[in-house]
Amino acid sequence: MKRFIGFLKKEFYHIFRDKRSMLILFGMPVVQLLLFGFVITNELKDVKMAVLDHSKDEYTSEIINKIVSSGYFKLVENLDNISQVDETFRKGKTKLVLVFEPDFRKKLVKGPHASVQILTDASDPNIANMEVSYLQGILQNYNVEINRGKQVTNQIIPKTRMYFNSKLESVYMFVPGIMATILMLVSAMMTSISIAREKEMGTMEILLVSPLRPLQIILGKVTPYLILSFINTLVIIGMGYFVFGVPVLGSFVLLMAESVLFILLALSLGIFISTISNSQQVAMMLSMFALMLPTILLSGFIFPLRNMPLPLQIFSNIIPPRWFIIIIKNIMLKGTGFEFIWKETLILIGMTAGLIGLSVRKFKIRLE
Amino acid sequence: MKSKISITNLSKSYGDVQALKGINLDIEHGELFGLIGPDGAGKTSLFRLLATLLLPDSGSATLCGFDMVKEYKHIRNLLGYMPGKFSLYQDLSVLENFNFFATVFNTKIEDNMDMIRDIWLQIEPFKHRLAGKLSGGMKQKLALCCALIHQPKILLLDEPTTGVDVVSRNEFWQMLKSLKAKGITIIVATPYMDEANLCERVALMQNGEILSLDTPAGIISGFKKDLYAIQGQDIYQLLLDLRAYPYANSVFPFGQSVHYTDTREDVSLSELKDYLISKGQNKIEIKRITAGIEDCFMALSQQNNVQA
Amino acid sequence: MNTDKKVISVRNLYKRFGSFTANDDLSFDVYKGEIFGFLGANGAGKTTAMKILCGLSYPTSGEIMVAGLDVYKQREELKKNIGYMSQKFSLYEDLTVFENIRFYAGIYGMSSKEIKTKADELLQKLGLVHARNKRIGELPLGWKQKLAFSVAIFHNPGIVFLDEPTGGVDPVTRRQFWDLIYEASRAGITVFVTTHYMDEAEYCDRISIMVDGRIEALDTPEALKKHFKAKDMDEVFLQLARKSNYQE
Repeated sequence: MKRFIGFLKKEFYHIFRDKRSMLILFGMPVVQLLLFGFVITNELKDVKMAVLDHSKDEYTSEIINKIVSSGYFKLVENLDNISQVDETFRKGKTKLVLVFEPDFRKKLVKGPHASVQILTDASDPNIANMEVSYLQGILQNYNVEINRGKQVTNQIIPKTRMYFNSKLESVYMFVPGIMATILMLVSAMMTSISIAREKEMGTMEILLVSPLRPLQIILGKVTPYLILSFINTLVIIGMGYFVFGVPVLGSFVLLMAESVLFILLALSLGIFISTISNSQQVAMMLSMFALMLPTILLSGFIFPLRNMPLPLQIFSNIIPPRWFIIIIKNIMLKGTGFEFIWKETLILIGMTAGLIGLSVRKFKIRLE
Repeated sequence: MKSKISITNLSKSYGDVQALKGINLDIEHGELFGLIGPDGAGKTSLFRLLATLLLPDSGSATLCGFDMVKEYKHIRNLLGYMPGKFSLYQDLSVLENFNFFATVFNTKIEDNMDMIRDIWLQIEPFKHRLAGKLSGGMKQKLALCCALIHQPKILLLDEPTTGVDVVSRNEFWQMLKSLKAKGITIIVATPYMDEANLCERVALMQNGEILSLDTPAGIISGFKKDLYAIQGQDIYQLLLDLRAYPYANSVFPFGQSVHYTDTREDVSLSELKDYLISKGQNKIEIKRITAGIEDCFMALSQQNNVQA
Repeated sequence: MNTDKKVISVRNLYKRFGSFTANDDLSFDVYKGEIFGFLGANGAGKTTAMKILCGLSYPTSGEIMVAGLDVYKQREELKKNIGYMSQKFSLYEDLTVFENIRFYAGIYGMSSKEIKTKADELLQKLGLVHARNKRIGELPLGWKQKLAFSVAIFHNPGIVFLDEPTGGVDPVTRRQFWDLIYEASRAGITVFVTTHYMDEAEYCDRISIMVDGRIEALDTPEALKKHFKAKDMDEVFLQLARKSNYQE
């Protein structure tokens, strides 16, 4: 036990004296969370819109008013004919043009129907899609409004409600994703680098020659990062709750237990990486490419998995954060209990056991 | 317990490179033994094998009676090992390093003061300094202290004096002598030929082989030829002229003189001098000298090359 | 040293880093074709001084001429007139012998044709013709060092700076290396060797010994040994170093 505490003390000296580690450990989570929370949002605000109104009647102006007052769109230009559309898109003045056909009022009142045309700058397709659907929503509402009290036959009026994230706040998405990324980074990358550093500096030679057993060395290296990662988990959940209002609907204890499981998994990945790399640089590159990129790209954190080509979807199954993100979303946002996430948990436990076994076996008692 | 080391027919290769070619060596209890040879001679490989950090391709070795491969755990308790590269934590202070290694070996600094007092006194004034900020000599002393903390029976020191200045080198050897007096078996590797004289016995190594194994005096007495130191005004020209001399056996520059051996039994020095003068050399001085370890090493390594 | 032409002339060189004086009033001359040993313990200030002489760093004050050029004003010119070889960095391990030569010679603006003929001559002389297209990494250390030195003087510089050139090499190879240095010196190239290996010092025509940023002794090895009543340079160095508070 005394040996173990001595080892821990030494590890903490290393961490606290290295500005880079400190920055990654405590600066990263905060900065990432703030970045994702504030800068990258999926919501629309003040989209520049132009109007080409061939009718210019009270109905069209009412519709335009409704759109502008929604806050999502901003009227920046009134066009006179269709030939200007192309130019205004090219200049980047507007992202969206709304065209009312001539005699809009007459057609609307007398029927059968009046048409509007929505033109968007689709150089950013996701945003264009969103703009269109927001706009359609507004028009749909208007439709309902003017038909109120009238007897309209055979009409379906869908009423939607967004569950678990009723305001469609993107930060709800990002908190679980960032948690997975940070824990992966801190636990796996930092441990693999710190073990590789001992090899690079030649101190591993001395540790190996000493009576320390491999398991003792591994535990000594891993425990500090387990503690630090756990602190990070608390920081992220805390910031999510207090700064962005992301709730924890389910059991907090369950959430912590699952986080510790994921940290253990990441740590064993880190040890595994260190057994196959002999320098800090190799360990870093391996962690970056083998862990960070898949965590960000293939875990469903930013890009939805179901839109990916089949091979990538299959591949994503072996990426631990994919399962972890499902678990925390369930606990935090849906408030579900263990009975709904036991499958994912089991997968993580299996992966952890496999990795620990593999790395203890690969961890060498000699130099080669 | 007798801390004897027996090495039998030990070989080690890395890919195509044969680092050790069947080494046989016995080192006695309490001996101060030197492995002398240039980079690539196989010193470090031999150390790593003895330290149980590598597995041999063939052959075996026992340390204190324990087998290097099967009983490596016992050996690790008995061994103090100082790798060639400075291998302490540079971002930890002297004292922190020291405490760490003490806990690793489940012991306390105070319990081992007898063993390390002399060395510790020298580094104590800097105990709060980070190890990375120490001078080369101080680093080596600290590393030695850390290697001694668990009172090892055998001490393996891989080039402890390389890159360290003369003053520190001298002090370091003084420490080794006092450690030897405490009954520790010490093996030191060094590329400096002149340090051979500080060991009780040495093995001259080159290309994974032992060229010669003896006391320093024994090795020198094995140098059978008459050796001459020749001085002149223009060393380079002197070298060229001597090499052109038909009876020249070996011609090596040694600082400000040239060490020369002849192929004949009886060397006529006046004839040699006349030859050099005829080549336009002046201020020629020829002295018969006893060979040093370096002369022996060169002679042996050339012999070896001829045989090979 | 057949001509008494000064190739390096240093007067009152100071280099300070904050309150620390790395070079404290250095003054010395080095002559054409001389093998000059620049000795000192680790941290005595050798490397700092050599960097200044190579034009890699500015002195705090002092007058320094190298190869007839002012190290303040003519740095670029100066770099063309010197060669440099250190123990650590010498040649690219993953390039072949000839590729290394071509690369370094190319830096100094030699024409392809000139490089080719000179390289062939050089390989002939070193007995490395068969290794022309071998990667440097495959060669034994001794060959690498000889080659590194030859590359350092390939563009015929007036001065070549050697930083601990023969550490760890076996004694026979080391002597072959000194053969090359002697030869270069005879061809009129001044050789400036920094080292803390005292036995390397014995080969130099003259040596200076630095302690704590100052030059404490400067003479031929012979004269120094006589003056300090020492049997070898180690002893000379020990006597000088004991005077210093070298340890920290």
